[in-house]
Amino acid sequence: MTDSLLMTDAVLAVTPRVIDARGSFCPGPLMELIRAIREGAVGDTIAVWSTDRGSRTDIPKWVEKAGHGLLGVYQRDGYDEILVEKRR
Amino acid sequence: MTRILILGGGVGGTIVANLLARRFKQRHDVLITVVDQTGQHIYQPGFMYIAIGGERAEHLRRPERSLLDKRVELIVGEVESVDEAALTVTLKGGRTLGYDYLVLATGSRIVPETIAGFETEAHHFYSAPAATRLREALDAFDGGRIVIGIAGMPYKCPPAPLEVAFLIESELRERGLRDGSELHFCSPIGRAFTIESVSEMATPVLAEKGIELHTFFNVETIDRERKVVQSLEGEELPYDLLVLVPPHKGAQFLIDSGLAPAPGGWLPTDRATLQVGGRPNVFALGDATDLPLSKAGSTAHFEAPVVAERIAAAVQRREPRAKEGTYRGRVMCFFEIGDGKGTLLRFDYDHPPTPPKPNRLWHLGKVVFNKTYWHTVPRGRV
Repeated sequence: MTDSLLMTDAVLAVTPRVIDARGSFCPGPLMELIRAIREGAVGDTIAVWSTDRGSRTDIPKWVEKAGHGLLGVYQRDGYDEILVEKRR
Repeated sequence: MTRILILGGGVGGTIVANLLARRFKQRHDVLITVVDQTGQHIYQPGFMYIAIGGERAEHLRRPERSLLDKRVELIVGEVESVDEAALTVTLKGGRTLGYDYLVLATGSRIVPETIAGFETEAHHFYSAPAATRLREALDAFDGGRIVIGIAGMPYKCPPAPLEVAFLIESELRERGLRDGSELHFCSPIGRAFTIESVSEMATPVLAEKGIELHTFFNVETIDRERKVVQSLEGEELPYDLLVLVPPHKGAQFLIDSGLAPAPGGWLPTDRATLQVGGRPNVFALGDATDLPLSKAGSTAHFEAPVVAERIAAAVQRREPRAKEGTYRGRVMCFFEIGDGKGTLLRFDYDHPPTPPKPNRLWHLGKVVFNKTYWHTVPRGRV
């Protein structure tokens, strides 16, 4: 069921903090991620679960601009999982 | 006696109260009560026009009592807590009110204090005094850099910051200050506006007016010494005049009473029935909900008949009528473009807005709506 665009699950050694934003619409998932980034520490990994199709493009664009790391975008069962590492 | 308790005397609470009073005018065993913090009904969309448009605060305020059906009881007081097990609401001061049906129309509140330096450095237009101060700052402005942005999502009246940018740009041209001024608009997301079709309409207007758009700009700090606003994304924008939408939250007692999650305090609300967290006797409308819709009076206006129908059906022990008892996400609002022009945003859950080409008609529509509001909307006449 997993369709990795960037990496496989096995690469991730730590358990990410999960932001379950399923059912929330743009910009909800991005705003939830931003809150988690603000609260987190450098090196933290955050998994955003989103059913909003816009998240697949909006979140990677934001991650790039904000200087964090995009670890992967996965299609799960009925939602997308976007893995982000806080880098600064 | 069936007790319907409505917390909040804004657009949503007032309309629900009046619609229910009309439905139950022959029923003396139904008590409808509104609790409002101040007893004053404020027409908040008018604040923007205090800053730009010559509006006066006293025209935007009327006693809530004067807008309520005489069968509705009004209690002026601040809610402290809700006890769901006991079906009671306690007010500050200790008064306790019982309910069978509870309507949470408690709106949103601004929390500028959550960003250091906001209250001393940034202007906004989300209260009458703040809008008056912005007017004074604009009067004193004689050229320089104006930065307009959004310091937290969600916030009330999503088009307002763009409207303010357009109106300030028009004013600067009229005053002969445009050549000596720069305007910057900062959006927290990857485009000018949350709804894509509106963003597609507004982005070329920003470009035509020479307002520079900065996307993914989430306000992090305001450096008072250097007069610079900094984003979480690492961008810095110097300003001479800073106008920011303050962060918003739901009512604190909703979090404290376990009805809404922290930190936002937005009520988990069913998008169709407007019931809160699956509770059969608790409803929410307006800004207080967590629905992915504009926090705007218009949303509350179209939600109110749904809440009234659902409560009326429950009191009458019947099924709600499918059409009247289902909210489909309807919202409608005017959108100022500047230079006496406007457009209209009309949408629902399934149909995004397709704003018409800006013209004078929709600007005048907004002017007329603002003037006639008191006689139509709160009374449930439209």
